[in-house]
Amino acid sequence: MTASAVVFWVLTLIVLASAAVVVLSRSLINSAFALLATFSGVAGFYVLLGADFLAAVQFLVYVGGILILLVFGVMLTHRIQDLDLRAEARQLVPGLFVAAGVFILLAAVATRTPWAIGAGRLPSATTAEIGRAFLGKYLLPFEAASILLLVALIGAALIVRKREDA
Amino acid sequence: MNLEPTLAHYLLVSAALFALGLLGLITRRNAVQALMGVELMLNSANLNLVAFSRFGTGGIDGQVFGTFVIVVAAAEVAVALALVLALYRMRRTPNLDAATTLRG
Repeated sequence: MTASAVVFWVLTLIVLASAAVVVLSRSLINSAFALLATFSGVAGFYVLLGADFLAAVQFLVYVGGILILLVFGVMLTHRIQDLDLRAEARQLVPGLFVAAGVFILLAAVATRTPWAIGAGRLPSATTAEIGRAFLGKYLLPFEAASILLLVALIGAALIVRKREDA
Repeated sequence: MNLEPTLAHYLLVSAALFALGLLGLITRRNAVQALMGVELMLNSANLNLVAFSRFGTGGIDGQVFGTFVIVVAAAEVAVALALVLALYRMRRTPNLDAATTLRG
């Protein structure tokens, strides 16, 4: 077993175990901290797959941005006096059946489809290549994404503002 | 048994992550925790894209798509949290069951 195989299985364990804690934990704060481990594990997968730029972006945006935002969401939607921050789950058994069914379907597709496996790209520095793709082949989606971010910013601010008539 | 990670291994890990995210999305009543489930599902899709970029024939394209997914996820979580805060201001609870204004 090579080093990369060992890293892969350790990351798999981290990601799936922490994702299970995110989903099944009764405490919202435990979920948020487990999500930190999941995001970091996925960033580790990106490193293992030779996507250095995406791993850095994953850390900056998910761990540094989205996770903090989610923790703010947890804190702002609970009264300060009820400290235990319980979260209940409904219909856990049917949900388990649905999730297991989706997993079996996806696993069957993943293992039975004859994927077009080529030579693949060997791990190398990706930042310059991604930059060229953004400003060349993918210029229109790149600009659309920036407009989407602006719209989301304005929309979020509009939704949460205090209305004078309310 | 071959323990070297291949494309199928990554796809299976990502499928498991997706199923866990779906489980969180459909069973959790707290809106923030349902959002965490959505984030898990987006991460699993991204893992697929990057794995195809590494093993498939598409070159760098998978990683470019992955970056776009992260951008959309950031926008989505900002708007969704704004909605959760608006719901909380209206009903004093973050539970999704409380959003019943449109129920006939």
